[in-house]
Amino acid sequence: MLALVDQLPPLLVIVPLFGAILAALARKGPIAWGIAQIVAVAVLLIAAALLVQVYYVDTISYRIGGWAPEIGIEYRVDRINAPILLLVAAIAAAIVPFAFRSVAAELPEERQAWFYAMFLLCLTGLLGIAITGDAFNAFVFLEISSLSTYTLIALGRNRRALVAAYQYLIVGTIGATFYVIGVGLLYIMTGTLNLGLIAERIAEIESARPVLAALAFIIVGISLKLALFPLHLWLPNAYAYAPSFATIFLAATATKVAVYLLARYIFGVFGIGFISSALPVNQVLLLLSTVAIVVAALVAVYEDNVKRMLAYSSVGQIGYIILGLAMATASGVTGGYLHILAHGITKGALFAAVGAAVFRNGGSARLGDFAGIGRRMPLTMTAFVIAGLSLVGIPGTVGFLSKWYLVLGAIELGWWWLAAIIVLSSLLAILYLGRVVEVAFFREPVAATARAAEAPPSMLLTLGLLTAATVVFGLRTDLLAGSARAAAAALLGTAP
Amino acid sequence: MRFDAILRVATKIFLPLVLLFGLYVQFHGDYGPGGGFQAGVIVAAGFILYGLIYGLSALTRIVPPWLVETMVPLGVAIYAGTGVAGWLTGGNFLDYSRLREDVHLAQETGVFLVELGVLITVSSTMLAIFYAFAGRDRS
Repeated sequence: MLALVDQLPPLLVIVPLFGAILAALARKGPIAWGIAQIVAVAVLLIAAALLVQVYYVDTISYRIGGWAPEIGIEYRVDRINAPILLLVAAIAAAIVPFAFRSVAAELPEERQAWFYAMFLLCLTGLLGIAITGDAFNAFVFLEISSLSTYTLIALGRNRRALVAAYQYLIVGTIGATFYVIGVGLLYIMTGTLNLGLIAERIAEIESARPVLAALAFIIVGISLKLALFPLHLWLPNAYAYAPSFATIFLAATATKVAVYLLARYIFGVFGIGFISSALPVNQVLLLLSTVAIVVAALVAVYEDNVKRMLAYSSVGQIGYIILGLAMATASGVTGGYLHILAHGITKGALFAAVGAAVFRNGGSARLGDFAGIGRRMPLTMTAFVIAGLSLVGIPGTVGFLSKWYLVLGAIELGWWWLAAIIVLSSLLAILYLGRVVEVAFFREPVAATARAAEAPPSMLLTLGLLTAATVVFGLRTDLLAGSARAAAAALLGTAP
Repeated sequence: MRFDAILRVATKIFLPLVLLFGLYVQFHGDYGPGGGFQAGVIVAAGFILYGLIYGLSALTRIVPPWLVETMVPLGVAIYAGTGVAGWLTGGNFLDYSRLREDVHLAQETGVFLVELGVLITVSSTMLAIFYAFAGRDRS
């Protein structure tokens, strides 16, 4: 037998895969839930062990099937993806308790076990995208996570969930196709699918045209998956009509992993030097993300469905992340990377609070049906307020950290206008979150909320964990910022 | 289609040939075009043909829905289990080379098992989709 510690990278993907199989065979919702919880905790432990190994020993390289990276698949854990793996695993472990009551209430009994199987498959796919060092393997995992996501969304109670899932299916398939075309071009030009080897060989290619085409296809393809403005149209409906638990999971992890993949390609494969000399990618990303931040926040202000409001907010927050990456400076990339982690935790907490409220008010996400719910569910809505402060970027919360680095990055480049936009757009977040708080706390309860009770303990556990994380990481700034700085240094190639 | 003798007889003649061709594509995947995906679709097409001509209830007697729903994850389990066998024989995940004495035989065995898993999952998934559409009015 081999040392278990050497086999952790594939275990991270295999454990949720076997979990999905067991959940599908279990047939009973509560049993499948138990499997999901055990798997999520096991995955969290593995991801934590990998992170420790990366930080205190070295980058991990694992050969699937014993094949050399040149021809086989390499799993690679370094300072760039280790925190992402931990984020996905931690979110999964923290939110599965929420699912117990929520899924039982929202899905018919015969579909609950399949729902958990799909959740675990999606987890497999997301962890796989983040851990693999192989361009085509990333595509396979992208498809695994996407196909299971379509199913998760389509299982929503509202019939519009089907349309939302179909919309995402079309857009997601186009995105995946673009990505694989780009990968194909890279394979023709470099003769390998290993990301590290592609990066080495790309510098020696004389005819740059196919590489440029690959760059364009890959960036557009991944941008569809991460819902970069104006390719975000699938996202609001998908988040609004999916089952609450699926929305929490997807909002906190799925787009974040896609952003990671984009960052990996821009900095780790093509190289920022090559990109900025060949195409105005940075300027385009900068423009789109700035527009996303402002427009999405404005739309969110006028949105009457709370889930759609938070979904538009997500489009804007993804804008902040891309903005940081497009700055391509140490502070900017640190801010963008930090915002991947910060926003994952924050938006997870916000959607969990809304999911708990929807669980108690009869299943409506309309703002009017939240009237007075703050009095009936004080703990839930207090958590919403704390997470909301983090979304705005109030000091003492994790959202402040990332915005700080983003503003710092903008000022270092001398772009005062951009710093102003970042700060002013954060104030827009006060507006739309303020509307929810005003309705929830200062209005008389309506029929939907009159008999609402505090959320069940299982949901409060999830909510408490995520909300506490926004505060703890906001106060202990070195924890996340340190790993983000290390990741940014590795991305920019300035690591010691 | 109960009284359409031509269709019923033709189906009975075709069915073994379709299944045989499915197995040919499955095992020929080592040497030429083919493999578990294509074979799975062909095998499932044979069953679906039977279901179209003889009726859904006749097909569910042969392949009941619970069996289909078990086969979907079972195929994945065979695939992943083959990978785990790599661990048990002292290699990396999905390393087949120690499954048998001879390295080349071992590699072929590993791929055979993986393709078997693919066949099972793909064919049962096709059948599950067919059942979902064909049984829509009943449920």
